Amino acid sequence: MSRRFTPKVVSANHLVEGDAVWLTADDRWTRDMAEAELIEDEAVAQLRLLFAKGQPNTVVGAELVDAAKGTDGPVPTHFREAFRTHGPTNYVLGKRAQGLRSRGKIPGNETQNV
Amino acid sequence: MYKYNEFDEAAVRSRVAQFRAQVQRRIDGSLTEDEFRPLRLMNGLYLQLHAYMLRIAVPYGTLNPAKMRQLATIAERWDKGYGHFTTRTNLQLNWPRLKDVPDMLEALADVGMHSIQTSGNCVRNVTADHFAGAAADEIEDPRPIAELIRQWSTDHPEFQFLPRKFKIGITGSPHDRAVIRSHDVGLRMVRNAAGEPGFEVYVGGGLGRTPMLAQVIRDFLPQADLLPYLEAILGAYNLKGRRDNKWKARIKITVFENGLDAFRADVEERFERLRSQWSGVDQDILAEIRPHFAPPAFRNAPVDSYEAFRAANPVFRAWTDTNLHEHKVDGYAIVSISLKKHGATPGDATSDQMRVMADLAEKYGHGDLRVSHEQNIILPHVHKSDLPAVWQALREAELATANIGLVSDIIACPGMDYCSLATARAIPIAQQIALRFDELKVEHEVGPLKIKISGCINACGHHHVGHIGILGLDKAGVENYQITLGGDGTETASIGEKMGPGFAASEIVGAIERLVLGYLEIRRDAEETFLECVRRVGLEPFRAFLYEQEETADAA
Ligand code: SF4
Repeated sequence: MSRRFTPKVVSANHLVEGDAVWLTADDRWTRDMAEAELIEDEAVAQLRLLFAKGQPNTVVGAELVDAAKGTDGPVPTHFREAFRTHGPTNYVLGKRAQGLRSRGKIPGNETQNV
Repeated sequence: MYKYNEFDEAAVRSRVAQFRAQVQRRIDGSLTEDEFRPLRLMNGLYLQLHAYMLRIAVPYGTLNPAKMRQLATIAERWDKGYGHFTTRTNLQLNWPRLKDVPDMLEALADVGMHSIQTSGNCVRNVTADHFAGAAADEIEDPRPIAELIRQWSTDHPEFQFLPRKFKIGITGSPHDRAVIRSHDVGLRMVRNAAGEPGFEVYVGGGLGRTPMLAQVIRDFLPQADLLPYLEAILGAYNLKGRRDNKWKARIKITVFENGLDAFRADVEERFERLRSQWSGVDQDILAEIRPHFAPPAFRNAPVDSYEAFRAANPVFRAWTDTNLHEHKVDGYAIVSISLKKHGATPGDATSDQMRVMADLAEKYGHGDLRVSHEQNIILPHVHKSDLPAVWQALREAELATANIGLVSDIIACPGMDYCSLATARAIPIAQQIALRFDELKVEHEVGPLKIKISGCINACGHHHVGHIGILGLDKAGVENYQITLGGDGTETASIGEKMGPGFAASEIVGAIERLVLGYLEIRRDAEETFLECVRRVGLEPFRAFLYEQEETADAA
């Protein structure tokens, strides 16, 4: 029996900036995961991944990552992905410094927006 | 320190020009990521969780004020105004943008620095005793040899594509401060019965998934035979090392699978053949290198003012008790600058702090600075009469924490705050432990205790050789921390043993606190260190400190 498909987003790192980006439904790359396209169908996921991999001069390492439906868009299900929406936890740098809201649960910070 | 000759300079400049063109071709789409990745890695450029990361080589941890200032400038101009000193004594910048990296490399080349061979399956930065040339117990300064190895291994045509990366560590003291037995090859400088200089050669050490201590492959190797012997070791490894499985590709596995004796026989046989092919030019080069490491012109001055200041100022006294080490020259001290202020990120220094350290080295330290594998900065030669001024300046820069070798002098790798390979965070755990022990005000009473934290099994945080080792894992989607006890990275090296089930992030600080306070209860006296106590009583009493309380709580 094959494993049930869990919802995904397409994520990558930006080629020049190196930071985390997500693919939107209207084919843009966003730095706010909430704007990403939440893909609930496996075939669509593969197509979207191919589309992302077809932009090797914009992004690096495009892959499908588990996500879930949040109140205002997709949220990560794993803490590693939550950190990618948040930046490092030892300094306010990266996404937070750019005024972006963290998505998902940042361990140790239980008040975080989910 | 070693200064580039025109060939070194030209080689580094041409590599920068090459890389500039490669970056250009990557951005304009003529190179794919698959083509570009090995090229950027050859220049120390990684892609991490939140950004690129540039790893800058600090050969055998030695810097001078001009280099340190340039690092500060580069961090400020193209990064976020700070850098992270690593257990390989390199400097990592966590936020460079791809298009800026060629300019950063160019700026490094201006002061004779680069990022070459800080990644890839080649011979990496040679690490040396950070007290080299200064330590009272030293037989010989290992840095000329380390520099010789650097020159020989840089762009060595045969050893650019080894089965896996290759790390060499060297010490010139009987007391091992360079963790040589955790290296693929460890070198300890010794003298034979006739008083001739040579090396005790260790092979097959490494931490990571399968931690092993290096074993002696040759108990005395004459100094002049070093490079042919290293070629013999690398040649044997290059051929016999496993390329089929990344986790079995390090030389420790090659030695383990073939047996030390068979591996040694292979090396010795190759060495016999190779030695005759060496014309001795390496010894000429070594002779040219040596003057670069000549001892500075030490001063002979009274130290009364230092003693008086020390007697009058308890805060200064506490700092001198922990952050100074004995120098080989009377009237001098080795100063360790702690990059471990309680609650700070271990190994991080801001550009301003780098400049303060550079200024102090210039003014009071004979222009010498070192990076230690314990992620601190060393001023190896400071006259004691200058210590009050040095300390004052360090205090103003928040660099005067008196904690070298104590609980809060923690090694922590970048972990999941930066590293894409991580399974959990390391930095916040180090910060919390340091803050907690500062609050308890017991770390001076506890005395020497090394805590080392890694964010995954690759063990960049050396947790296996921590008196207390902490390994961060991902347990079903939650950060979990496994404790090892009794590790030691010195001449009495040992690999720490696992204690039992791991702890959640919210529990780990309490667990470490129970271990340390438990030690205070059972130590024989204040002289018995944590490690000695663990070795005397074994793990069981410490297991009880860790787990029994939990069980009682559960039962309640
Ligand atoms: S130990 Fe793991 S998490 Fe830490 S720096 Fe090394 S690879 Fe990254």
